[in-house]
Amino acid sequence: MIDLLVIPLIKIVFVLTGVLITVMYLVLLERKVQAWVQSRLGPMRVGPHGVLQPVADVLKLFVKEDITPVRVDVWVYTAAPIIVLVPALIAFAVIPFGGEVHLFGKTISLRIADINVGLLYITAVASIGVYGIILAGWSSNSKYPLLAGLRSSAQLISYEVAVTLTLVSVILTAGTLSMVGIVEAQAASRVWFAFVQPLALVIYVIAGLAETNRSPFDLPEAEQELVGGFHTEYSGMRFALFFLAEYTNMIIVSAVATTLFFGGWLRPFPNVAWLWWLDYVPSWIWFTVKTFLVLYLFLWIRATLPRYRYDQLMRIGWKVLIPLALANIVVTGIVKVLL
Amino acid sequence: MAQAIAFYTLSALILGFAVLVITARSSVHSVLFLVVDFLFVAALYVLLGAQFVAIIQVIVYAGGIVVLYLFVVMLVNLKRPPEAHRDKRRLARLGAALAVVVLVEIVAIAFYGYVGPSPVEAAPGALATGNVEQVGMMLYTDYLVPFEVASMLLLVAMVGAIVLTRRNL
Repeated sequence: MIDLLVIPLIKIVFVLTGVLITVMYLVLLERKVQAWVQSRLGPMRVGPHGVLQPVADVLKLFVKEDITPVRVDVWVYTAAPIIVLVPALIAFAVIPFGGEVHLFGKTISLRIADINVGLLYITAVASIGVYGIILAGWSSNSKYPLLAGLRSSAQLISYEVAVTLTLVSVILTAGTLSMVGIVEAQAASRVWFAFVQPLALVIYVIAGLAETNRSPFDLPEAEQELVGGFHTEYSGMRFALFFLAEYTNMIIVSAVATTLFFGGWLRPFPNVAWLWWLDYVPSWIWFTVKTFLVLYLFLWIRATLPRYRYDQLMRIGWKVLIPLALANIVVTGIVKVLL
Repeated sequence: MAQAIAFYTLSALILGFAVLVITARSSVHSVLFLVVDFLFVAALYVLLGAQFVAIIQVIVYAGGIVVLYLFVVMLVNLKRPPEAHRDKRRLARLGAALAVVVLVEIVAIAFYGYVGPSPVEAAPGALATGNVEQVGMMLYTDYLVPFEVASMLLLVAMVGAIVLTRRNL
């Protein structure tokens, strides 16, 4: 009973709380990083160096007025933020945060579930999130959100193909679809897949930026063209849900990148024997550090690069990334057969 | 027992949402009910121990194809409700005939295709070994020719779509 129900529930509560707190501070980190890039200080007033800024932001979002515009499709308008957020959160079910820990005489694995189609599960769940964005745009009964919704769904569908194709080459290398299995394959081969599949990593990161609507591919919320994007008509807590989903998706993309390409919870340089003392650091700390480094890359790119045009975005996706990913799969397959 | 309850609940939900798909006023709502329906079908696959098929169902149908439906429905402006046709029952006879044919087909399949409770017993084995491998082996051994024919069909459709959109090739 305890193993079947209580422990998974505790894990779920831990993961959800952790994700929400991470999102709060990711927003602060993003503002700080952008400020530093632009020689500013960023938020400084709430708490020392602005560390309580997220708390103030959340309080503000909670007490803001929630406006429902006239002549919206109320059911769909209400459901859209939920449809965006729920898939983003349940994707964490298969992310392996660490190896195993011994606690109160029990061996607890630091993951909620290890299903044998874990990677596909994340892809499937992410593909459901697209609906929230399209529906938010459509149900608002306003032209800019509608255009942004169409734009972003076209973008998400296009880059989903590229992401899935890079996953295929990683699956070929690891020989399994399970997230835990992929990390174990990296432990067995004593090398991170970032060095085995560098091209897949580059394509995954670029397509991941587009999948999470991040700069330089943040066209769905291009302020100059579309006011605020698909969530223009949303306010208060419902707007916050979209925001939350976007940052949660960023964490998912980073966590998947860590698992697939950077050895998950393994220590750095698993092939260098004299670094054995690194194993004393708990595995989940390595996972967190790696995930944050990937997240930092996202923030860094946002502060550095200007936005692409829509036709450029489509050209990169269909004419560059997808052919490269396909070629990568073919080469991976040939190498796999020959070796 | 629990499996039976889950099966009948899921089946009822699938049928209920299928009815909603064809009765909803707004075509966008219809498409949404269709997505929910596909998700419940995926849950049914999980119940049968076929997680791989379930995930593929979500990716391909719920996540892929229906998004394109939604695109078409949203781009074609359907704000104006369609006017009632003068003869409301003009297609009723055809519809009834089709329904009878499908019903006969289902009954025939259920009658001749019934092989006892083996599929349920096969499920635990599939859980243990991971059914990705099983599906892969089946596709590339027993069902190689149908698989290749289906992929040729998709290729033809793809070439057709490209030719239709770019006439000056």
